[in-house]
Amino acid sequence: MESIRDKVAIVGMGCTKFGERWDMGVEDLLVEAAYEAFEDAGVEPKDIQAAWLGTVFSGLTAITLSPLGLQYIPMTRVENLCATGSEALRAASYAVAAGACDIALAIGVEKLKDLGQTGVKGPAIVGDNPDGTTGLGSGFSAPASFAYLGTRYFHHYGLEPAYGKRLLAEIAVKNHYNGSLNPKAHFHNLLTVEQVVRAPIVAWPLGLYDCCGVSDGAAAAIVVRADMAKTFRPDPIYVKALAVSVGARQGCMRQDYDYVHIEENVRAAGMAYDQAGIKDPRAEISLAEVHDCFTCHELILYEDLGFSPGGKARDDIEAGTFALKGRLPVNTDGGLKCFGHPLGASGLRMMYELYKQLQGKAGPRQIKDPKFGLAHNLGGNAGMGIASCVVLGNEKSGR
Amino acid sequence: MAGITSVGVYIPLYRLSCEEIARMWRTQPVGGAKAVAGYDEDAVTMAAAAARDCLRGNGKTADGLYFAGTTAPYVEKQNAAIIASVADLGRRSVTADFTNSLRSGTTALISALHAVESGAARTVVVVASDCRAGAPKGRFEQLLGDGAAALAVGTTDVIAEIEGSFSLFSEFTDIWRTQEDRFVKSVEARFMEDEGYAPIMQEAISALMDKHSLAPRDFSKIVFSASDGRQHAGLAKKLGFDASQVQDPLFHLIGNTGTAATLIMLIAALEEVKPGERVLLANYGDGADGLILRATEAITLIQGRSVLESRLSAMKNIDYGAYLSWRDLVPFEPSSLPERTEPSIAGRWRQRQVIASLSGVNCRKCGTPQIHPLGQTVRICAVCRSKDDFDRYSFSDKTGKLFTYTVDELQPTKNPPGLNGVVDFDGGGRLLCELTDYDLEKVRIGMPVEMTFRKMSRGKGIVNYFWKARPLA
Repeated sequence: MESIRDKVAIVGMGCTKFGERWDMGVEDLLVEAAYEAFEDAGVEPKDIQAAWLGTVFSGLTAITLSPLGLQYIPMTRVENLCATGSEALRAASYAVAAGACDIALAIGVEKLKDLGQTGVKGPAIVGDNPDGTTGLGSGFSAPASFAYLGTRYFHHYGLEPAYGKRLLAEIAVKNHYNGSLNPKAHFHNLLTVEQVVRAPIVAWPLGLYDCCGVSDGAAAAIVVRADMAKTFRPDPIYVKALAVSVGARQGCMRQDYDYVHIEENVRAAGMAYDQAGIKDPRAEISLAEVHDCFTCHELILYEDLGFSPGGKARDDIEAGTFALKGRLPVNTDGGLKCFGHPLGASGLRMMYELYKQLQGKAGPRQIKDPKFGLAHNLGGNAGMGIASCVVLGNEKSGR
Repeated sequence: MAGITSVGVYIPLYRLSCEEIARMWRTQPVGGAKAVAGYDEDAVTMAAAAARDCLRGNGKTADGLYFAGTTAPYVEKQNAAIIASVADLGRRSVTADFTNSLRSGTTALISALHAVESGAARTVVVVASDCRAGAPKGRFEQLLGDGAAALAVGTTDVIAEIEGSFSLFSEFTDIWRTQEDRFVKSVEARFMEDEGYAPIMQEAISALMDKHSLAPRDFSKIVFSASDGRQHAGLAKKLGFDASQVQDPLFHLIGNTGTAATLIMLIAALEEVKPGERVLLANYGDGADGLILRATEAITLIQGRSVLESRLSAMKNIDYGAYLSWRDLVPFEPSSLPERTEPSIAGRWRQRQVIASLSGVNCRKCGTPQIHPLGQTVRICAVCRSKDDFDRYSFSDKTGKLFTYTVDELQPTKNPPGLNGVVDFDGGGRLLCELTDYDLEKVRIGMPVEMTFRKMSRGKGIVNYFWKARPLA
């Protein structure tokens, strides 16, 4: 099996401001993101040879892309729950790598605020019973489906709940600090550990500030053959790995699934590191954009992604390892905590941050000499998840 | 001789005190408390719980099930069939609904006796369940409680023989509801008592004793229905029985549970009588039914575990606001949270065994019990991946332990916050499910749970039943 490593590159990206975009429809968000990407890549819309749209709730078909006015090219809508944005990049990258096209658009959008709901349906419902096949899907909320991990993690590693809550709070505080430096984020407010710990409980142990917001947004990438990349710009960003791992409900059906890690995350990360040629992720990954839909997920992700040994993430949180100035900054743009989670857009929004960081264009959030960036998403939850890991790098490896 | 072979009771966990109701409306409390079905319960779920309780134990089964009650969710569609499927009866069982009268519980009991005596069925479970509503601020609001009772009628392992029965009907309008009525209506209490209840009950009881040449002294207990405690005490005086013979109607503990009331009282009496002693049972409603029961040596078998006592002692008080919400007595602001998916009738039919008895599979290759959390058919083993090589495995009677959980403030429930968790079954298998009837302060990892059949939602005009876990008593 060949690796996707260095076969394709991203030469332009766009990302809208995320937030409650009451004034903008799906079409506005798409145009904003796509045209920023076109301009960044120095291409014209007519140069795009194929397009993949990622969205979960904001359009059932590729026709949703019609506001871009692309003329009779192949276009497809893809969906992979919370990994939908990353899935659009995966599809576009494979098509370019296969030689089916040379310049492709991957774009993701979600207009959650138009759903008129507080939050998104829990994964026990979403994607399972679109027609209510049995209607047995219980009414778990999305926070609840992740809160399980927190409850069990505290129990498993013997953390006092009050200490565990503070640990989670540190993650929220870190991400809000990063988000405060990012004009495209939905939230710019700084938080304190006390504020996070005292916020109303949503699903124990998760309080309001342990949960990401509900936002609208879109992000886009222009994907080209790696060997053409430098004709577009001097600093293209290479795709090093594209990995997806989907569970078969092991977590809901097998007693050996431990709820202190998510196997899908571990498998997707393993595949991605293999493809990228990364042996020691803690040492080699420069920064990571991870799926902090809920703080307890970011906590276990430090371990699932190989940044901290099992049960030891707390040491790294306390040491500031994942802070903007730490040795492995995580969610430098503010994460889902500050961007909310417009499902189809999130994966590409994360890659937008990696792309800017790897080019040295991340402004006040710029980290020092990054080489590899990891973008991670998880749709569903433990044992019924869709995990995606994408690795981007700013150099072609000398193979 | 045919008779009762086992008993089951279900009293919901919740109590609403008459004082709480009286405080709400600035009226006089009648005293005591009423049992209130949880927001996820109805006459069918309570009946299913009582029927399962009745059939609990080694190899107990039945080939008939009669449901009796006036408040079953379906008025066209058989409720007995739902309950029989949850009680895991064979498909060729006889089932029927007896309804529209508070007397229907004893009418079903007499019909079950006839079915067994004629050989049409070997064992028929009679289950009576009611969830009647009194209009807010009215007399019945304080009087009516919710509950269910089940009696198995058969000819082997009889604990109480049924020596005789008597019935009469009376076209007398005293308590009623039409198709349009949500709340119980009644005539003036003294008219009901003087011209209906007292003379009809006296006539039936006398005729039954005469028919069998028995007198009040021949009974250790008399069990009879009444609409309230005052009416009950009044008739007790008139009948010529000693106060020590009269079974407490339990109204102060659970309210008047309608069709279930007399059968719950009968079970209370059977839990106390000695072998050889007789119980007289009389039930009122558009006439009267009377039965004579006599305990056998086997009566002691039900007296050790006292199901009724344990059901009565487990209780949790609720306030009037919860009651309003659970019974849909006032309109509430619609939730802005995502709602539950509506059920599909065809999908529910395909998964009928999963819904009825939480039926999963046990892998023949690796021996792992498993169930799909959404009730989908398991075709590939979640452990060894062998295909279509399973035995049926029911989880409804399995206990388990809470592996992890969360208190969900966003769950669409009328009893917030929701609690859901991962249950690891003793003997294998895991299920993600909702919990119910919990005390949040006592919830912890490792908490023992059992499964209970509940109402999940309504949609497309049907009731969507499934299973939840509840803390093991």
